[in-house]
Amino acid sequence: MSHAALSKEFNADPARVDWHNKTLWWIRQKRDRAAQALPEWEQLREAASQIKLNVLSNLANYLEQLEQRASHHGIKVHWASDAEVHNRIVHTILKDAGIDRIVKSKSMLTEECHLNEYLERNGIDVVDTDLGERIVQLAKEPPSHIVLPCIHKKKEEIGALFHEHLGTPENNADPQFLTEAARQHLREKFLTRKAAITGVNFAVAETGELVVCTNEGNADMGAHLADVHIACMGIEKIIPERKHLAVFLRLLARSATGQPITTYSSHFKKPRQGQQLHLILVDNGRTRQLAQPDFRNSLKCIRCGACFNTCPVYRRSGGHSYHTAIAGPIGSILAPNLDRKAYADLPFASTLCGSCTHVCPVKIDIHQQLYQWRQVLMKEGFGTQAKTAQMKLMAAILSQPKRMARAGRWLRWWMSTMPVLFRHRLNPWYRHREMPEAPATSFKEWYANNRKL
Amino acid sequence: MNNRQAILQRIRSAQVPAEGLPDLSMFSASGAESPVEQFKNTLAAIGGQVIEVASMDVLETLLAEKSEGKRWVNTCSFIQSGERLPDNMNPTALCDVFLASMTGILAVAENGAVWVTEEQMKVRALPFICEHLALVVEKKKIVANMHAAYNLLDTTGDGFGAFIAGPSKTADIEQSLVLGAHGSRTLTVFLV
Repeated sequence: MSHAALSKEFNADPARVDWHNKTLWWIRQKRDRAAQALPEWEQLREAASQIKLNVLSNLANYLEQLEQRASHHGIKVHWASDAEVHNRIVHTILKDAGIDRIVKSKSMLTEECHLNEYLERNGIDVVDTDLGERIVQLAKEPPSHIVLPCIHKKKEEIGALFHEHLGTPENNADPQFLTEAARQHLREKFLTRKAAITGVNFAVAETGELVVCTNEGNADMGAHLADVHIACMGIEKIIPERKHLAVFLRLLARSATGQPITTYSSHFKKPRQGQQLHLILVDNGRTRQLAQPDFRNSLKCIRCGACFNTCPVYRRSGGHSYHTAIAGPIGSILAPNLDRKAYADLPFASTLCGSCTHVCPVKIDIHQQLYQWRQVLMKEGFGTQAKTAQMKLMAAILSQPKRMARAGRWLRWWMSTMPVLFRHRLNPWYRHREMPEAPATSFKEWYANNRKL
Repeated sequence: MNNRQAILQRIRSAQVPAEGLPDLSMFSASGAESPVEQFKNTLAAIGGQVIEVASMDVLETLLAEKSEGKRWVNTCSFIQSGERLPDNMNPTALCDVFLASMTGILAVAENGAVWVTEEQMKVRALPFICEHLALVVEKKKIVANMHAAYNLLDTTGDGFGAFIAGPSKTADIEQSLVLGAHGSRTLTVFLV
């Protein structure tokens, strides 16, 4: 289903849309306060953008450097061209270690690769340990936001899920109580599961270390208690030097939630004694994006979610309407690269207001790329037939002044003579708006008449 | 061609124009006039507690009180009380630690974070698995911001290190802030 059709489903409950919209706007406001508290905020964004541009211009060398340093410290480095290879590597590591029950902390890359489904098909039980991710996992839904996975859920729904799966009392929807129940439920998993998968926020080429940021501490609980730690990262997550972490750690949490930093920013350099630490470097379309100058910039993304929270479309359509692992404005410029046909609707799920670009901590020109994708997708024939026909008709009329004047007169006459022709559900414009009164004349006619005076 | 070669070749054939790295020296200088005050205020705002202690004796008494007679693991060399951890222990054996106390190498005024490495943790899981965490930091080790912090940190040693800023928390249920998600329920920083 398209973004428009899925949004319509989300919009069936106006009170929920209103709540969703306001909740996300509140997070955007927290982000603003955090950003405004730093006088050097704009310079930090510029520095972050420059560092990421440097990374993209020197990516192969940095990856080789990372591999060399990480291997030297005992990290086993794997390379995966696509999601399939990535999933197979994870499964092989687990199989070799004889492990069939694992814990996983948040990783948008593994969502993108549909790792959970793959592992489950192969008989491996995966428990997501980020509270929001555990909630959507119990609900058998994908996350609807990259930072706030269950932002679309009301606490009563979460209470009902926990009652069903964790045995909490019926009708208890107190966040404090539910969080405590999840803590106890997941603590047992942390203590008994022998392998942990985590994402990677930043990998440092200079030192070979991996940085993982969480507020809950779930990545650390998983990684430090398990015998096998598998860290999965997209190749663009690399940064050149350790000092560059200062720039990104200052920007990430402030942009994401308005916090000055996440509770835990963990730097993994060597496996702990007796532990295996695996790093999987995944391409999955990133090199294709890198080869396209118009879209390469999107690889600067640090997955903070600021563009989601500010987007007037995301706030009112919900993450699931984007039908892809990474929703929102950034997802809409990443997804068409993975599958043009499946995600041709997403660059159109935007007003092109540019708010995403203004809040992006690494200065990705998101709204420009949304516009560029529209050009590419229509040219390559991924538009709907109706849209193509409409555009052709419009072009035929608007390109000829005489035709345009005639069409205008015709429309004004029908609108004022038989307004009922335009006031029905088949007219998408009328569904959410009043039709305007047709003016008596066009501007051109008015101008001609009034200039004579 | 294997995956590694294929990825590297695709990157190189994309021929992205060269871009330089920015100069970050301007950022190290910025920051509050009183880092200690800023650190205290910032940590309080993110749910942590700061206690200034005049002597090691006072610190030891406060920690003993905090442990409430339950399991207290201490890795600070200058504190005599508390349980010491053996080498190469199974980290799951820490599941009932009530209080863990350890030294923080430095603290950051702008965000309330304290840098702790494996050497102070003794067991990596310790600062995360305990119910309550106490970090002991020298007041003079508080720096203004993250740039100053990384400038001071050693890039060569340590298999693991973490910035810890406040107690573990989540707001995943309707954005209601709850302290004590999976890690420690409270964080107290003792400034000496």
